Amino acid sequence: MNQTRRTFLKGSMATGAVAVAVGAGLLTPQTVLAAWPKAAFTAKGVDGTMSALFGGAKATDSKDIKIKAPDIAENGAVVPVSVTAKQSGVESISILASSNPSPLTSSYNLGANTEGYVSTRIKVRKTSKVIAVVKANGKLYTAKKDVKVTIGGCGG
Amino acid sequence: MAKKKLKVRASGKKGYAVIKAILFHPMETGLRKSKETGEVIPAHYIQEVSVKHKDAEVIKVNMGIAVSKNPYLSVEIDGAVKGDPISISWLDNLGEQASTDVTVS
Repeated sequence: MNQTRRTFLKGSMATGAVAVAVGAGLLTPQTVLAAWPKAAFTAKGVDGTMSALFGGAKATDSKDIKIKAPDIAENGAVVPVSVTAKQSGVESISILASSNPSPLTSSYNLGANTEGYVSTRIKVRKTSKVIAVVKANGKLYTAKKDVKVTIGGCGG
Repeated sequence: MAKKKLKVRASGKKGYAVIKAILFHPMETGLRKSKETGEVIPAHYIQEVSVKHKDAEVIKVNMGIAVSKNPYLSVEIDGAVKGDPISISWLDNLGEQASTDVTVS
């Protein structure tokens, strides 16, 4: 992030300590969207994660979310997952693995002009459900997919 | 030359661009034990990834320990056309960071 800040400061015409403070305080990316949600990443169990992440709002099952993940993952350390959400106004996509010590793997905050699509690779400890939670227009939608893991992804 | 920290490709499609990135990072969970010493390897993982299109942040990813080593991610940005600048940066729990700039091809 610092490099970005440097670029910004270099590119801006503003000088002086006040301008620097404003630039550093208000325009760093961290403040544009929420800070790293520690509670959500350390919460135990799917329910705990959901309440830490979304404050207990209920998610409804949706057929408009497609999760692409292998039925059987040979190596739990690298499980490719992609999520496509057909809803309009998708704000965020979170990917959870239900039997991990802390289910939340990653959470994508999508800006206004993005497609409801993310693809990544996650670790899954043992056979579990991969859960995608999509926030669109302030509402939560969810979909699940079973992934069977033959070698776990956590621990050595 | 320092080891490359991330690799990004942005390819323009009709009306949107597909961004694919690999971030080179160990993604240690803090739960593993070293085979030689039996000591716990401290957690070292990427927490935030930010994708910028024309200097405006469009996607912010929060990552936990359960993202695979050398995380791969792919996202799509509406309205990004050939020649647009895309910048991706990451920040990990030890304060290390890296960023790279590409143009949509």
